[in-house]
Amino acid sequence: MAARAFVRLFKRPYYIPEMIAQMDAIGVGSLTIILLTGFFTGGVLTVQTYPTLKTYGAQSQLGLLVATALVRELGPVLCALMVTGRVGSAISAELGSMVVSEQISAMRALGTDPIRKLVAPRLIALLVSLPLLTVLADVVGIFGGWVTATALYSIPSSLFITSVRDGITTDDIIGGVVKPLVFSLIIGTIACRQGLGTEGGTVGVGRSTTRAVVMASIIVIIADYFLAKALQVILGTT
Amino acid sequence: MSTSNIPTISGDDNSVSVNAAGSTFAEVDDLERAIPAIEFRNVHLAFDDRTVLNGLSFRVMKGETKIILGGSGGGKSTIIKLVLGLLKPDAGQVLVNGEDVTNYDEGEMMRVRKQIGMVFQEGALFDSLSVYDNVAYRLHEQGIPEEDVEPEVRRMLRFVNLEDAIDKMPNELSGGMRRRVGIARALIGDPKIVLFDEPTAGLDPPTARTICELAMKLRDLEDVSSIFVTHEMNNLDYLCSEYAVVNEAGDVIFEREGERLCLINSKVMMMREGNIIFAGTDESLRHAEDPYIKKFLRGH
Repeated sequence: MAARAFVRLFKRPYYIPEMIAQMDAIGVGSLTIILLTGFFTGGVLTVQTYPTLKTYGAQSQLGLLVATALVRELGPVLCALMVTGRVGSAISAELGSMVVSEQISAMRALGTDPIRKLVAPRLIALLVSLPLLTVLADVVGIFGGWVTATALYSIPSSLFITSVRDGITTDDIIGGVVKPLVFSLIIGTIACRQGLGTEGGTVGVGRSTTRAVVMASIIVIIADYFLAKALQVILGTT
Repeated sequence: MSTSNIPTISGDDNSVSVNAAGSTFAEVDDLERAIPAIEFRNVHLAFDDRTVLNGLSFRVMKGETKIILGGSGGGKSTIIKLVLGLLKPDAGQVLVNGEDVTNYDEGEMMRVRKQIGMVFQEGALFDSLSVYDNVAYRLHEQGIPEEDVEPEVRRMLRFVNLEDAIDKMPNELSGGMRRRVGIARALIGDPKIVLFDEPTAGLDPPTARTICELAMKLRDLEDVSSIFVTHEMNNLDYLCSEYAVVNEAGDVIFEREGERLCLINSKVMMMREGNIIFAGTDESLRHAEDPYIKKFLRGH
């Protein structure tokens, strides 16, 4: 479905306004939950790891630990899970409702390809929005870690920032952007597929929405494992 | 056909215009009109083990309204989906304007669908679009400039008597208004084939009558071929016993068969469990001896 959506993207008519509307709904609309998730994840990482680091006298490495964990893993995965819950469910429910109320059939009857009109703009919007949201979550997460470290544990601000700067590598940033690109394809394809495959009225809409969220969440986590390993091999960090 | 060979019929008090006679003969002999608008040839379709259509064959000629009657689950709506290519038959052929569309892919079907208007059971209006945008949908998709779209949308909304609702959203409309907007949307671009999927189901009798009047106007004034799927007998009564004409004041009026000599271009087909159990006129349907048909007509 994703391949078909991309192939048909380059044929007329182009659905630019739909893409912009979806980027607004998916990207801007998810901003609040992503910022909150990032901030408190960074904060709780500091809260949970500081006592252990203190045992080994390694408090100076707190920034590195928080930043690495966020950029490599928690930022991409938590963002993807939050977007799955908020956007994946909405896409599946919206398309499912359109199926049961015959709006998809009407669209096809009026000579419009639903893959191009509905699926492609959502996939493109996810591909653009999720990496940006992930980068934002990483930055806000590190900020949350810094606030907690300086306010609760009196770690000098410069020490935390230096530790972050020394700890993050280009490979981490590349991995942190590649992952959300793959996750956005997973979320978009599963949500659209489940939504358009809805059968059985309003009960069916509920079923396909649940399936979309569960499947996308699990596949994101499984894909994360293989992506982490693949990126290590490709970037030579094993 | 040339009119020059048509003999002049004249008389002092009873003359027939040569031109009128010529145009009538030309219409009958027009080869284009001899090609059915829709034709099914031995169409079979099954979902899993359940047979939905069992070797269905029928034709809808140009300008004809084919009323398809039958109980729920008899395969009536499936026929419409097959015409539009929303479903594909397991065997047999579906022809639209003489073109075999059975094995067309989605891209080829898009071209065929542009010639067909479809009225869905509940209207199937796009919730996120206003009445104007719903009706203008096909034209917007074709990239037609807005200055050309608006008059066309207003003309269609006038046709269904809903010009006042142009800026409303679908959730502000009643069930009957939604169907009428659905009809306006289906008719934009003047398709010569219109498919009605139970357009009066669940509507009050006056609104149902309005929908039937729209179908009659299309048949008698616009020369549209249509399939009208229904299980309501009053639809049959309207469509088979009345016709639309324009009176001297320019208004569309509906007259009953018998008041004038006329030929109402409606045919009836009754389905049961994927088979055609009756095909003909409404009069012959009412005289049919089949117990299922009798029960269907009487309601008990």
